[in-house]
Amino acid sequence: MVNVILLHLRELLQNFRADGTENIQPMKLSPDQYILFDWGWGRLNGTICFTWLIIVLLAGTARLITRNLSSDATMSSSQNLLEVVVSSISSHIHETIHRDPVPLIPFVGTLFLFIFVSNVLAIVPFYLPPTASLSTTTALALCVFLAVPFFGLSSRSMKSYLSDYIKPTIFMFPFNILGEISRTFALAVRLYGNMMSGSVLGLVILSVIPFVFPVVLQLLGLLTGVIQAYIFAILAMVYIAAALKKEDREGKEVEK
Amino acid sequence: MGTIELIAMVSIFSAAFAIAIGSIGSAFGEAMAASTALRSIAQQPDHTGAITRTLFVSMAMIESTAIYAFVVSMILIFANPFWDYVIQQAAGK
Repeated sequence: MVNVILLHLRELLQNFRADGTENIQPMKLSPDQYILFDWGWGRLNGTICFTWLIIVLLAGTARLITRNLSSDATMSSSQNLLEVVVSSISSHIHETIHRDPVPLIPFVGTLFLFIFVSNVLAIVPFYLPPTASLSTTTALALCVFLAVPFFGLSSRSMKSYLSDYIKPTIFMFPFNILGEISRTFALAVRLYGNMMSGSVLGLVILSVIPFVFPVVLQLLGLLTGVIQAYIFAILAMVYIAAALKKEDREGKEVEK
Repeated sequence: MGTIELIAMVSIFSAAFAIAIGSIGSAFGEAMAASTALRSIAQQPDHTGAITRTLFVSMAMIESTAIYAFVVSMILIFANPFWDYVIQQAAGK
Protein backbone atom coordinates (compact mmCIF):
# COMPACT_ATOMS: atom_id res chain seq x y z
CA MET A 1 0.00 0.00 0.00
CA VAL A 2 2.92 2.31 0.69
CA ASN A 3 3.97 1.93 -2.94
CA VAL A 4 0.53 2.94 -4.09
CA ILE A 5 0.60 5.92 -1.80
CA LEU A 6 4.03 7.01 -2.94
CA LEU A 7 3.11 6.66 -6.58
CA HIS A 8 -0.07 8.61 -6.01
CA LEU A 9 1.79 11.29 -4.11
CA ARG A 10 4.41 11.64 -6.82
CA GLU A 11 1.72 12.04 -9.42
CA LEU A 12 -0.18 14.49 -7.32
CA LEU A 13 2.96 16.58 -6.90
CA GLN A 14 3.62 16.45 -10.62
CA ASN A 15 0.09 17.59 -11.26
CA PHE A 16 0.58 20.50 -8.90
CA ARG A 17 3.74 21.47 -10.73
CA ALA A 18 2.09 21.30 -14.14
CA ASP A 19 0.31 24.58 -14.82
CA GLY A 20 -1.08 23.98 -18.32
CA THR A 21 -4.62 22.62 -18.33
CA GLU A 22 -3.65 19.88 -20.82
CA ASN A 23 -1.16 18.35 -18.39
CA ILE A 24 -3.70 17.75 -15.62
CA GLN A 25 -4.51 14.05 -15.45
CA PRO A 26 -6.90 12.27 -13.12
CA MET A 27 -5.10 10.58 -10.25
CA LYS A 28 -4.52 6.86 -10.70
CA LEU A 29 -6.73 4.98 -8.28
CA SER A 30 -6.32 1.41 -9.41
CA PRO A 31 -3.60 -0.98 -10.59
CA ASP A 32 -5.43 -0.95 -13.94
CA GLN A 33 -3.66 2.24 -14.83
CA TYR A 34 -0.11 1.00 -14.34
CA ILE A 35 0.76 -0.28 -17.76
CA LEU A 36 3.69 -2.68 -17.69
CA PHE A 37 3.87 -3.57 -21.38
CA ASP A 38 2.05 -2.02 -24.28
CA TRP A 39 1.73 -3.87 -27.56
CA GLY A 40 -0.40 -2.43 -30.31
CA TRP A 41 -3.20 -4.98 -29.87
CA GLY A 42 -3.30 -5.09 -26.12
CA ARG A 43 -1.55 -4.08 -22.98
CA LEU A 44 -0.51 -5.82 -19.80
CA ASN A 45 -1.54 -3.83 -16.75
CA GLY A 46 -0.80 -4.27 -13.08
CA THR A 47 -4.14 -5.94 -12.33
CA ILE A 48 -3.63 -8.81 -14.76
CA CYS A 49 0.02 -9.25 -13.81
CA PHE A 50 -0.62 -9.43 -10.06
CA THR A 51 -3.65 -11.68 -10.55
CA TRP A 52 -1.41 -14.10 -12.46
CA LEU A 53 1.13 -13.86 -9.68
CA ILE A 54 -1.46 -14.83 -7.06
CA ILE A 55 -2.81 -17.67 -9.22
CA VAL A 56 0.70 -19.07 -9.69
CA LEU A 57 1.46 -18.63 -5.98
CA LEU A 58 -1.72 -20.34 -4.76
CA ALA A 59 -1.80 -23.12 -7.34
CA GLY A 60 1.93 -23.73 -7.11
CA THR A 61 1.93 -23.94 -3.32
CA ALA A 62 -1.07 -26.25 -3.32
CA ARG A 63 0.52 -28.47 -6.00
CA LEU A 64 3.84 -28.63 -4.16
CA ILE A 65 2.17 -29.62 -0.89
CA THR A 66 -0.38 -32.07 -2.28
CA ARG A 67 2.25 -33.87 -4.40
CA ASN A 68 3.13 -36.22 -1.56
CA LEU A 69 0.20 -36.51 0.81
CA SER A 70 0.20 -39.03 3.63
CA SER A 71 -2.85 -40.46 5.32
CA ASP A 72 -1.17 -41.96 8.38
CA ALA A 73 -0.28 -40.27 11.66
CA THR A 74 2.94 -38.64 10.43
CA MET A 75 2.55 -35.84 7.93
CA SER A 76 4.51 -32.85 6.75
CA SER A 77 3.83 -29.53 8.50
CA SER A 78 2.70 -27.96 5.22
CA GLN A 79 0.10 -30.69 4.75
CA ASN A 80 -1.05 -29.98 8.29
CA LEU A 81 -1.40 -26.28 7.40
CA LEU A 82 -3.52 -27.04 4.34
CA GLU A 83 -5.70 -29.43 6.33
CA VAL A 84 -6.29 -26.74 8.94
CA VAL A 85 -7.25 -24.24 6.24
CA VAL A 86 -9.64 -26.62 4.47
CA SER A 87 -11.26 -27.92 7.64
CA SER A 88 -11.77 -24.43 9.09
CA ILE A 89 -13.37 -23.26 5.83
CA SER A 90 -15.55 -26.34 5.88
CA SER A 91 -16.65 -25.83 9.50
CA HIS A 92 -17.36 -22.14 8.83
CA ILE A 93 -19.58 -23.01 5.88
CA HIS A 94 -21.40 -25.58 7.96
CA GLU A 95 -21.94 -23.17 10.86
CA THR A 96 -23.21 -20.45 8.56
CA ILE A 97 -25.65 -22.32 6.34
CA HIS A 98 -26.27 -25.53 8.35
CA ARG A 99 -25.82 -27.78 5.35
CA ASP A 100 -23.40 -30.26 3.90
CA PRO A 101 -20.41 -28.00 3.13
CA VAL A 102 -18.64 -30.31 0.65
CA PRO A 103 -20.18 -29.01 -2.63
CA LEU A 104 -19.55 -25.39 -1.61
CA ILE A 105 -15.93 -25.72 -0.41
CA PRO A 106 -14.22 -25.45 -3.84
CA PHE A 107 -16.07 -22.29 -4.89
CA VAL A 108 -16.33 -20.38 -1.61
CA GLY A 109 -12.91 -21.48 -0.40
CA THR A 110 -11.26 -20.35 -3.63
CA LEU A 111 -13.00 -16.96 -3.44
CA PHE A 112 -11.86 -16.50 0.15
CA LEU A 113 -8.27 -17.62 -0.41
CA PHE A 114 -7.83 -15.52 -3.56
CA ILE A 115 -9.18 -12.32 -2.00
CA PHE A 116 -7.37 -12.98 1.27
CA VAL A 117 -3.98 -13.53 -0.37
CA SER A 118 -4.39 -10.60 -2.74
CA ASN A 119 -5.29 -8.25 0.15
CA VAL A 120 -2.69 -9.46 2.62
CA LEU A 121 0.17 -9.37 0.09
CA ALA A 122 -0.28 -5.57 0.11
CA ILE A 123 2.51 -5.42 2.69
CA VAL A 124 4.99 -6.72 0.09
CA PRO A 125 6.87 -3.87 -1.64
CA PHE A 126 6.08 -3.15 -5.31
CA TYR A 127 2.81 -5.04 -5.07
CA LEU A 128 -0.61 -3.52 -5.76
CA PRO A 129 -3.66 -5.56 -4.70
CA PRO A 130 -5.68 -6.48 -7.82
CA THR A 131 -8.83 -6.23 -5.68
CA ALA A 132 -8.36 -2.45 -5.68
CA SER A 133 -9.43 -2.57 -9.33
CA LEU A 134 -13.11 -2.58 -10.19
CA SER A 135 -12.59 -5.09 -13.01
CA THR A 136 -11.28 -7.81 -10.66
CA THR A 137 -14.08 -7.36 -8.15
CA THR A 138 -16.68 -7.27 -10.93
CA ALA A 139 -15.32 -10.56 -12.28
CA LEU A 140 -15.55 -12.15 -8.82
CA ALA A 141 -19.08 -10.82 -8.27
CA LEU A 142 -20.14 -12.15 -11.70
CA CYS A 143 -18.79 -15.56 -10.66
CA VAL A 144 -21.11 -15.43 -7.63
CA PHE A 145 -23.98 -14.23 -9.83
CA LEU A 146 -23.55 -17.26 -12.11
CA ALA A 147 -22.88 -19.68 -9.27
CA VAL A 148 -26.26 -18.98 -7.64
CA PRO A 149 -28.42 -20.56 -10.41
CA PHE A 150 -25.74 -23.22 -10.98
CA PHE A 151 -25.87 -24.49 -7.40
CA GLY A 152 -29.62 -23.89 -7.19
CA LEU A 153 -30.36 -25.96 -10.28
CA SER A 154 -27.99 -28.74 -9.22
CA SER A 155 -30.01 -29.23 -6.03
CA ARG A 156 -33.58 -28.79 -7.27
CA SER A 157 -35.74 -28.59 -10.39
CA MET A 158 -35.93 -25.64 -12.76
CA LYS A 159 -39.59 -25.08 -11.88
CA SER A 160 -39.04 -24.90 -8.15
CA TYR A 161 -35.97 -22.67 -8.62
CA LEU A 162 -37.80 -20.20 -10.86
CA SER A 163 -40.85 -20.15 -8.58
CA ASP A 164 -38.67 -18.40 -5.99
CA TYR A 165 -38.75 -15.31 -8.20
CA ILE A 166 -42.53 -14.93 -8.03
CA LYS A 167 -42.72 -15.27 -4.26
CA PRO A 168 -44.65 -14.01 -2.33
CA THR A 169 -46.72 -12.75 -5.31
CA ILE A 170 -46.17 -12.39 -9.05
CA PHE A 171 -45.95 -8.61 -8.57
CA MET A 172 -42.66 -9.04 -6.75
CA PHE A 173 -41.01 -10.50 -9.87
CA PRO A 174 -39.31 -7.27 -11.08
CA PHE A 175 -38.10 -6.49 -7.56
CA ASN A 176 -36.62 -9.94 -7.13
CA ILE A 177 -34.74 -9.56 -10.43
CA LEU A 178 -33.60 -6.09 -9.41
CA GLY A 179 -32.43 -7.42 -6.05
CA GLU A 180 -30.40 -10.12 -7.78
CA ILE A 181 -28.61 -7.54 -9.93
CA SER A 182 -28.11 -4.94 -7.23
CA ARG A 183 -26.61 -7.40 -4.76
CA THR A 184 -24.07 -8.47 -7.39
CA PHE A 185 -23.24 -4.82 -7.97
CA ALA A 186 -23.01 -4.27 -4.21
CA LEU A 187 -20.57 -7.21 -3.84
CA ALA A 188 -18.27 -5.74 -6.49
CA VAL A 189 -18.38 -2.14 -5.28
CA ARG A 190 -18.02 -3.07 -1.60
CA LEU A 191 -14.74 -4.92 -2.08
CA TYR A 192 -13.43 -2.34 -4.55
CA GLY A 193 -14.41 0.63 -2.38
CA ASN A 194 -12.84 -0.84 0.72
CA MET A 195 -9.55 -1.71 -0.95
CA MET A 196 -9.38 1.57 -2.86
CA SER A 197 -10.28 3.66 0.19
CA GLY A 198 -7.19 2.34 2.00
CA SER A 199 -4.79 3.87 -0.50
CA VAL A 200 -6.73 7.13 -0.88
CA LEU A 201 -6.97 7.55 2.89
CA GLY A 202 -3.23 6.84 3.07
CA LEU A 203 -2.54 9.59 0.56
CA VAL A 204 -4.66 12.10 2.42
CA ILE A 205 -3.04 11.27 5.78
CA LEU A 206 0.42 11.24 4.21
CA SER A 207 -0.04 14.81 3.00
CA VAL A 208 -1.10 15.93 6.50
CA ILE A 209 0.97 13.75 8.91
CA PRO A 210 3.83 12.10 7.01
CA PHE A 211 5.41 10.17 9.93
CA VAL A 212 4.32 7.06 11.86
CA PHE A 213 0.61 7.54 11.36
CA PRO A 214 0.49 6.02 7.82
CA VAL A 215 1.95 2.82 9.31
CA VAL A 216 -0.97 2.54 11.74
CA LEU A 217 -3.28 3.16 8.84
CA GLN A 218 -1.63 0.39 6.86
CA LEU A 219 -2.30 -2.00 9.76
CA LEU A 220 -5.93 -0.95 9.65
CA GLY A 221 -5.86 -1.58 5.89
CA LEU A 222 -4.65 -5.15 6.47
CA LEU A 223 -7.48 -5.75 8.95
CA THR A 224 -9.99 -4.35 6.45
CA GLY A 225 -8.58 -6.60 3.76
CA VAL A 226 -8.98 -9.75 5.85
CA ILE A 227 -12.50 -8.79 6.97
CA GLN A 228 -13.55 -7.99 3.42
CA ALA A 229 -12.27 -11.36 2.17
CA TYR A 230 -14.28 -13.07 4.92
CA ILE A 231 -17.39 -11.02 4.18
CA PHE A 232 -17.19 -11.65 0.44
CA ALA A 233 -17.01 -15.40 1.04
CA ILE A 234 -19.82 -15.33 3.64
CA LEU A 235 -22.12 -13.31 1.38
CA ALA A 236 -21.44 -15.59 -1.59
CA MET A 237 -22.27 -18.53 0.68
CA VAL A 238 -25.50 -16.93 1.92
CA TYR A 239 -26.64 -16.11 -1.63
CA ILE A 240 -25.96 -19.64 -2.81
CA ALA A 241 -27.62 -21.17 0.26
CA ALA A 242 -30.76 -19.11 -0.42
CA ALA A 243 -31.02 -20.75 -3.84
CA LEU A 244 -30.56 -24.31 -2.57
CA LYS A 245 -33.35 -26.70 -1.65
CA LYS A 246 -35.20 -25.67 1.50
CA GLU A 247 -35.81 -29.18 2.89
CA ASP A 248 -32.10 -29.89 3.26
CA ARG A 249 -31.77 -27.45 6.08
CA GLU A 250 -34.36 -28.96 8.39
CA GLY A 251 -33.09 -32.47 7.64
CA LYS A 252 -29.58 -31.42 8.60
CA GLU A 253 -30.75 -29.71 11.76
CA VAL A 254 -32.68 -32.77 12.93
CA GLU A 255 -29.79 -35.06 12.08
CA LYS A 256 -27.41 -32.88 14.08
CA MET B 1 -16.49 32.26 -14.07
CA GLY B 2 -15.92 29.84 -16.92
CA THR B 3 -17.32 26.37 -17.41
CA ILE B 4 -14.19 24.66 -16.07
CA GLU B 5 -14.23 26.56 -12.80
CA LEU B 6 -17.95 26.01 -12.39
CA ILE B 7 -17.63 22.26 -12.96
CA ALA B 8 -14.67 22.03 -10.59
CA MET B 9 -16.54 23.90 -7.88
CA VAL B 10 -19.74 21.90 -8.25
CA SER B 11 -17.79 18.61 -8.28
CA ILE B 12 -15.83 19.41 -5.14
CA PHE B 13 -18.92 20.52 -3.22
CA SER B 14 -20.97 17.55 -4.43
CA ALA B 15 -18.19 15.17 -3.41
CA ALA B 16 -18.02 16.70 0.05
CA PHE B 17 -21.80 16.58 0.50
CA ALA B 18 -22.01 13.04 -0.88
CA ILE B 19 -19.57 11.62 1.66
CA ALA B 20 -20.80 13.83 4.51
CA ILE B 21 -24.50 13.05 4.17
CA GLY B 22 -24.02 9.52 2.88
CA SER B 23 -21.96 8.40 5.87
CA ILE B 24 -24.40 9.64 8.55
CA GLY B 25 -26.93 6.86 8.03
CA SER B 26 -24.44 4.03 8.01
CA ALA B 27 -22.60 5.46 11.03
CA PHE B 28 -25.81 5.37 13.07
CA GLY B 29 -26.70 1.96 11.67
CA GLU B 30 -23.31 0.46 12.56
CA ALA B 31 -23.45 1.96 16.03
CA MET B 32 -26.87 0.43 16.62
CA ALA B 33 -25.79 -2.96 15.28
CA ALA B 34 -22.65 -3.00 17.41
CA SER B 35 -24.41 -1.93 20.60
CA THR B 36 -27.17 -4.48 20.15
CA ALA B 37 -24.63 -7.21 19.42
CA LEU B 38 -22.61 -6.29 22.53
CA ARG B 39 -25.75 -6.38 24.64
CA SER B 40 -26.71 -9.80 23.33
CA ILE B 41 -23.15 -11.10 23.86
CA ALA B 42 -23.34 -9.88 27.45
CA GLN B 43 -26.64 -11.68 27.90
CA GLN B 44 -25.68 -14.89 26.08
CA PRO B 45 -21.89 -15.35 26.07
CA ASP B 46 -22.30 -18.90 24.74
CA HIS B 47 -23.48 -17.62 21.36
CA THR B 48 -20.61 -15.16 20.88
CA GLY B 49 -19.41 -16.90 17.72
CA ALA B 50 -22.72 -16.80 15.90
CA ILE B 51 -23.44 -13.23 17.02
CA THR B 52 -20.02 -11.97 15.91
CA ARG B 53 -20.35 -13.65 12.53
CA THR B 54 -23.78 -12.15 11.92
CA LEU B 55 -22.51 -8.80 13.17
CA PHE B 56 -19.65 -8.79 10.64
CA VAL B 57 -21.96 -9.61 7.75
CA SER B 58 -24.56 -7.02 8.74
CA MET B 59 -21.83 -4.42 9.32
CA ALA B 60 -20.64 -5.02 5.76
CA MET B 61 -24.18 -4.61 4.46
CA ILE B 62 -24.72 -1.41 6.43
CA GLU B 63 -21.34 -0.05 5.51
CA SER B 64 -21.95 -0.48 1.79
CA THR B 65 -24.12 2.66 1.67
CA ALA B 66 -21.21 4.74 2.93
CA ILE B 67 -18.87 2.95 0.52
CA TYR B 68 -21.14 3.86 -2.40
CA ALA B 69 -21.09 7.50 -1.31
CA PHE B 70 -17.30 7.31 -1.00
CA VAL B 71 -16.91 5.82 -4.48
CA VAL B 72 -19.17 8.49 -5.97
CA SER B 73 -17.22 11.29 -4.30
CA MET B 74 -13.90 9.76 -5.40
CA ILE B 75 -15.19 9.58 -8.98
CA LEU B 76 -16.29 13.21 -8.76
CA ILE B 77 -12.86 14.34 -7.58
CA PHE B 78 -10.37 12.08 -9.37
CA ALA B 79 -12.16 10.63 -12.40
CA ASN B 80 -14.79 13.22 -13.17
CA PRO B 81 -16.25 12.50 -16.64
CA PHE B 82 -17.67 16.03 -17.07
CA TRP B 83 -14.36 17.60 -16.16
CA ASP B 84 -12.50 15.35 -18.62
CA TYR B 85 -15.00 16.23 -21.34
CA VAL B 86 -14.58 19.98 -20.84
CA ILE B 87 -10.77 19.63 -20.75
CA GLN B 88 -10.90 17.71 -24.01
CA GLN B 89 -13.14 20.36 -25.59
CA ALA B 90 -10.78 23.10 -24.42
CA ALA B 91 -7.73 21.22 -25.73
CA GLY B 92 -9.44 20.60 -29.07
CA LYS B 93 -10.00 24.30 -29.70
